[in-house]
Amino acid sequence: MLWIECPNCGGRPLEEFRYGNTFPTTPDAISDRDAGNVDYAWMQDNTQGITLERWFHESGCRRWFTARRDTTTDVFLAVDD
Amino acid sequence: MNEFVETLLDLPWQTCDPKPAYDVVIIGAGGHGLSTAYYLATRHGITNVCVLDANYIGSGNSGRNTTIIRSNYGIPESVRFYQHSLELYQGLEDETGSWIMHNTKGQIWLAHSVTTARTEQTRALMNQACGAKTDFILPDEIKARCPQIDLTGGGRYPVQGASYHHEGATARHDRVVWTYAQGALRKGVHIFQHTPVIGLVKDGDRVTGVQTSNGVISAGVVLSAVGGHVSTVAGWAGVRLPIRSHTLQAFVTNAYAQEFAPIISSNDLVFYLSQTPRGQMLIGAEYDRQASYRTATTYSYLQACSAKATIMFPFLAKLRILRSWAGVCDVSTDFSPILGHSGVDGFMLTTGWGTWGFKAIPAAGEQLAELIATGTPPPLIAPFGLDRFSNELAMADPSSAGTR
Repeated sequence: MLWIECPNCGGRPLEEFRYGNTFPTTPDAISDRDAGNVDYAWMQDNTQGITLERWFHESGCRRWFTARRDTTTDVFLAVDD
Repeated sequence: MNEFVETLLDLPWQTCDPKPAYDVVIIGAGGHGLSTAYYLATRHGITNVCVLDANYIGSGNSGRNTTIIRSNYGIPESVRFYQHSLELYQGLEDETGSWIMHNTKGQIWLAHSVTTARTEQTRALMNQACGAKTDFILPDEIKARCPQIDLTGGGRYPVQGASYHHEGATARHDRVVWTYAQGALRKGVHIFQHTPVIGLVKDGDRVTGVQTSNGVISAGVVLSAVGGHVSTVAGWAGVRLPIRSHTLQAFVTNAYAQEFAPIISSNDLVFYLSQTPRGQMLIGAEYDRQASYRTATTYSYLQACSAKATIMFPFLAKLRILRSWAGVCDVSTDFSPILGHSGVDGFMLTTGWGTWGFKAIPAAGEQLAELIATGTPPPLIAPFGLDRFSNELAMADPSSAGTR
């Protein structure tokens, strides 16, 4: 069973959490339909390896936190507020 | 019955090494790559084609799916495309003379609430308008078609009705792969297994070939028919994709001695099941929520999925899980496939197949072959180009993933 160390609640099973995609970068002002905005709106890094991402403890403290996870194994390497 | 040994296909492999150049090089010898090669050779006479795979043929998602063929999608462009594919599947055994164990079973998509009953009624009407045979049916007919169902849903998920997709079918996944491989090899197409592509060769902005573990192969056109790892391949060409890879898990039980006729999906509970030709119950659900390249199954998935399936089909509780597996799905941001030009000359894509790729193998291959032969996307796949995202014509399909 995959296990996440919630910064507030401690270790809990993955099923209690909601995945919030990779850590969002602040976009340039979205003002027209140029390539940069299309990229921000649709494209994905789809990293195979370690990613920085947001998670939500839906069935626990209901707080967002940032985690570092290896997408090849789903092992969580670090969790941070 | 042993469907593997008794009717083993004869695959007339080429005996040479890869040539230095081909008209078309296809990365990925799964269903999509091989069907494209097959239709290039049989429909357009283009046989100077090479298909490369990092592993053995059909070892990726073609060997990890749940073999369901259906066309009851949620937007007209998808219904027409998948209906064409469904019809190509129906004729594939006659065309190739090779048995793919095609079996038309009908698919029942259950609704357990007023809201989802409305969704299924909408699906039925929309499908009929676009040429797919789907009707809304009531609980009595569901029970007649599938006596094993508990219509009360354990008291918690009562069945309100269902959409019934008359032509829903299954076929044996690896026999589909082998059939296309055989047809392509017989026409002189080269297929090289265990030949990983490790990079693309570029001349200026144009892709002119592939770098393999055994050297460079030049190509007029390179087609990526790669599954979950497509972002890496597209990245070599400088193409960014609206694709996120997710793990999809599925499993089979030991054999159930009685017949279980249709394919069943549940709109509210989010699982589906069908019976394999060996009698095993094949059960799946939605893909893992987090983006991942993991190919191991998890106990919590097996537990959750079994619990849901057992609510509707109590007999499943007496069976045991025999095998489980997982594949890495290339899920597109709008849940529709991406086919055709990549925006880089000499490099084409067939991706975004997510959890809905098996049923599309014949039509995607046929249409891509026409695109490669003529240079123009045929009408059936024209809406599914990568440029739809920059043209603000995304093809959001709420019914694409079979269980969501």
